[in-house]
Amino acid sequence: MAVETREEAVTIKHHSVDYSVVGTRPIRHDGVDKVTGAARYGADVSQPGQIYGAVTRSPHAHARIRSIDTSKAEALPGVHAVITSADLADPGEKVTGGGEATAVPLKHKSGNVMARGKALYHGHAVAAVAAIDAHTAGEAAALIDVDYEVLPPVMDVLEAMKPGATLLHDDLHTDIAGEASAEPSNVAAKFLFEEGDVEAGFAEAAVVVEREFTFATVHQGYIENHNALALWHGDGELTVWCSSQGHFTIRAEVADILDVPISKVKVIPTEIGGGFGGKTTCYLEPLAAALARKAGRPVKMTMARADILKATGPTPGGYVRVKMGVDSDGKLTAGEAYMAFEAGGYPGSVVAAGCMCVFAPYNLTNVKIEGDDVVVNRPKTHAYRAPGATQAEFASETVVDEICEQLGIDVLDFRTLNSAEEGTWRAGGPAYGRIGHKECVEAARGSEHWNSTLEKPAGTYRGRGVASGFWFNIGFTSSAIARLNPDGTVTLLEGSPDIGGTRSSIAMQFAETLGIGFDDVIPMVVDTDSVGYTDVTGGSRVTFATGYAAHEAANDMRKQMIEGMADVWDVAADSITYENATFTANGESATFKEAAHLLNEDTQQIIGKATVTPEKEGNAFAVHIADVEVDVETGKVTVLRYTAIQDAGVAIYPPYVEGQMQGGAVQGIGWAFNEEYFYDDDGRLRNATLLDYRMPTTLDVPMIETIIVEVPHPGSPFGVRGVGEVPIVPPPAALAIAIYDAVGIRYRDLPMSPHRVYAELAARQNGAEA
Amino acid sequence: MHAISYAAPTTVADAVSILAEHGANARMLAGGTDLIVQVREKLRDTTVFVDAKHIPDLMQLSVNADGSATLGAAVACHQIYGDDAFSAQYPALVDACQIIGSTGIQGRASVGGNLCNSGPAGDTIPPLIVHGAVANIAGANGGRTVAVEDFCTGPSQNVLGDGELLVSLTLPKPAAGSGSHYLRFIPRNEMDIAEVGAGAAVTLDGDTIAAARISIGAVAPTPLFVAEAGEALIGQTAGEAAYEIAANIARDAATPINDMRGTIAHRKHLSFVLTQRALRGAVARARGMEVGHGH
Repeated sequence: MAVETREEAVTIKHHSVDYSVVGTRPIRHDGVDKVTGAARYGADVSQPGQIYGAVTRSPHAHARIRSIDTSKAEALPGVHAVITSADLADPGEKVTGGGEATAVPLKHKSGNVMARGKALYHGHAVAAVAAIDAHTAGEAAALIDVDYEVLPPVMDVLEAMKPGATLLHDDLHTDIAGEASAEPSNVAAKFLFEEGDVEAGFAEAAVVVEREFTFATVHQGYIENHNALALWHGDGELTVWCSSQGHFTIRAEVADILDVPISKVKVIPTEIGGGFGGKTTCYLEPLAAALARKAGRPVKMTMARADILKATGPTPGGYVRVKMGVDSDGKLTAGEAYMAFEAGGYPGSVVAAGCMCVFAPYNLTNVKIEGDDVVVNRPKTHAYRAPGATQAEFASETVVDEICEQLGIDVLDFRTLNSAEEGTWRAGGPAYGRIGHKECVEAARGSEHWNSTLEKPAGTYRGRGVASGFWFNIGFTSSAIARLNPDGTVTLLEGSPDIGGTRSSIAMQFAETLGIGFDDVIPMVVDTDSVGYTDVTGGSRVTFATGYAAHEAANDMRKQMIEGMADVWDVAADSITYENATFTANGESATFKEAAHLLNEDTQQIIGKATVTPEKEGNAFAVHIADVEVDVETGKVTVLRYTAIQDAGVAIYPPYVEGQMQGGAVQGIGWAFNEEYFYDDDGRLRNATLLDYRMPTTLDVPMIETIIVEVPHPGSPFGVRGVGEVPIVPPPAALAIAIYDAVGIRYRDLPMSPHRVYAELAARQNGAEA
Repeated sequence: MHAISYAAPTTVADAVSILAEHGANARMLAGGTDLIVQVREKLRDTTVFVDAKHIPDLMQLSVNADGSATLGAAVACHQIYGDDAFSAQYPALVDACQIIGSTGIQGRASVGGNLCNSGPAGDTIPPLIVHGAVANIAGANGGRTVAVEDFCTGPSQNVLGDGELLVSLTLPKPAAGSGSHYLRFIPRNEMDIAEVGAGAAVTLDGDTIAAARISIGAVAPTPLFVAEAGEALIGQTAGEAAYEIAANIARDAATPINDMRGTIAHRKHLSFVLTQRALRGAVARARGMEVGHGH
């Protein structure tokens, strides 16, 4: 069937601000290097004398490590070092984080990097070697002899919670509001969010719908493989090169895992080929450092794709149950949800985030949401683009659609009636500031897509679905340093690895603040010694928070330049004004560039700087519309048309915003249809290749149309809301609803792969014949 | 580190002697799109790579004077669909060559290599079977021929013994009024491997089916030649009623497994659906209509 592609990008502004740099579409700073292949990614970095590391991984999903014999590997010519967890610092009961990374027990963080006592998933690292070349290292890794006591694998969250289930950790007790359970358990933590009176709310309801949903473990699928290069200096200082979403976090984790003072560790970021939340923690970095220390040579490591799928953090599969009630006017009266998420081999899934997102698009005063964080013999799960929200909102949005159907109310009208707005209290809090969900619903209602009739030729099964999405967006801490160059340009140093075009979007806010040109700002992501502390690139925070820091650094630079020009002109600083990128005072006048030259001649160094921790989260909302066609003979679903609508606050660099909306939608489509971890009965991952872990290709998706809605975020100087994450949230629900519209079957298990879609069609057929 | 050696013989005889000398450690290398990946993934312990592409017999592609065709074992997919005379006679094989991997893969991957890899889901094998192709094998004890439907003996297993190699395939001339089609089902639209594949070749006498061959892939340890499905069509009027009879036989013949690519129930069902679709396409082509290659 032919998929018609359209190239449409629409912006709907709910403000009248007009900027000179913000909102324009210049050529991105990193564009030429990336297009020409000059950009340097993690694996492109080398050091003289470097050797190569390789990891020995557990073939078992769950096994006690009785002993590790490294003698054969050590005897292999060309091998320089072999390490096991004994070569990492004893974690004891320490907590890693120390303000610079998510606080977790060090034994879990270190244990995930290299198994300590037990292998907890297929592919779990148990030893590593460094040798003169990658082949020798690989051969040596295979010579490491591990004596395993194989234990039953625990693969499913609901099974893992049953009484008598095999325990992954003998010392793991359920954390319930800070209290530990008496008995050890696979449930690492229980979360509860309760507002209002749920029972009273359901008692008022005219319609109550309660449904169960499951979803598979999925991987972020970033294109660049994990990498690390570690070099020890003679004075005990360590330099690590790697591509990550946060080199300050990598620094803190490496320091803790090796028990080295944080000041002795420098992490140098490289270009990064995608992360989507999966590169916010370390895997190879501490191993390369430990091997390099033992070998006395720099050690470089790269991870093969199969190992990435087996042993880095996918995002949780699990179970969600959602119950929602509405009165006869269609007004939501109560919502209840329970969700159990896979944490993987160690605690710490994103279930709490899922709990807080599940009803977030709606004004619901009576809610009760419970979440369980459950360890299973799968890799330690990690963030993936709006972590936890997609799973949770797949469930709630599907229930919303069913409620609308039962009430006979239009799905957009329902959303307008029930939408969260400024002042609405979100489960877990706080109350929203100015948000744009209603405006997104309005934009959907006015869209060409919504107003076009879906053609349904005879013999075809086509349908349309709509779903909303919410993601918090966060602030956290960001720094920026701006150096004024003699030629009037500014070198802007920042600590946020650029995974989504943020160098340009940050530079644009800097340029706008000072009224200078886009090309006059030269943004650079620099190492942990060269800029102030900056949290990970995640939570859709960088354009907002690091942009905010750049704005403050620009203000600082202007202040210093005014003071400097006061010296140059010998006038009082407060007599100088700065407008249209020109300093003026008492008849004197100098453009920004002229001032830079004068200040340089006067030997003045102008270095603006700022560190900010903005408090107000700039909540992101999206509404997506999907048209599908189902091949009822095979169960295959084709996306015919797809429109992503999203409140971007103010789109600083619109092409990146549209790209994020499209990329998120495509990843959501992959999550909906084909992506899943497929384990055999022994807990071994059977599809650790990009052939059988099926992400969509360009031929699997139509042109994703975008409508940017601009409701400025009052907590940002330029109205920025993060845009990177929320577009992955609506697709699975929108597509499931569209499939229902096409064939009349509700799909509540992800992925909706052809054999699953077919199975329900066949069951209905058989039922009809019986 | 394992030493790897590479040989580039220029005659079948030389290739046979290298293969005989190294036994199971040696393997013919055509495009390498399966072999190199398998060695890198440690699925195969090959230490002697014998390049097929310098042996003229393995690189020939010709429609012969008697109307049959010879396809050298190392001829790449793109050469096949770039050859108009060959393509006109064997459209089902062309269908397969156009959907394997990607354009880049098709520039390297060979039909002979696909057959020798003997994967249950190998896309070119059902078309070769429905085209009635015969494998020409050389060995230390001389040559032999094996019908393609008898070539594969299990997943990654076939009739080739140590020291034997596939030289070429002989495809008989299709009778007048013939048409063929191969298609597969994949969860995605590209860069994927068949959950089920089905090929059909028919010869029409007016509206009556005079001859038919049907083969399905990825539903058994080897690609299946479903002879009964084709035989059931003989004498039938070409049309949906006939296709359904054959498709039911194909579904019954399928003995698939559950794995990450699909389920038993879905594969059985797809065997039915794809057999119908392959027959529709084959009959349309027999009637001179255009049918796109598809999934």
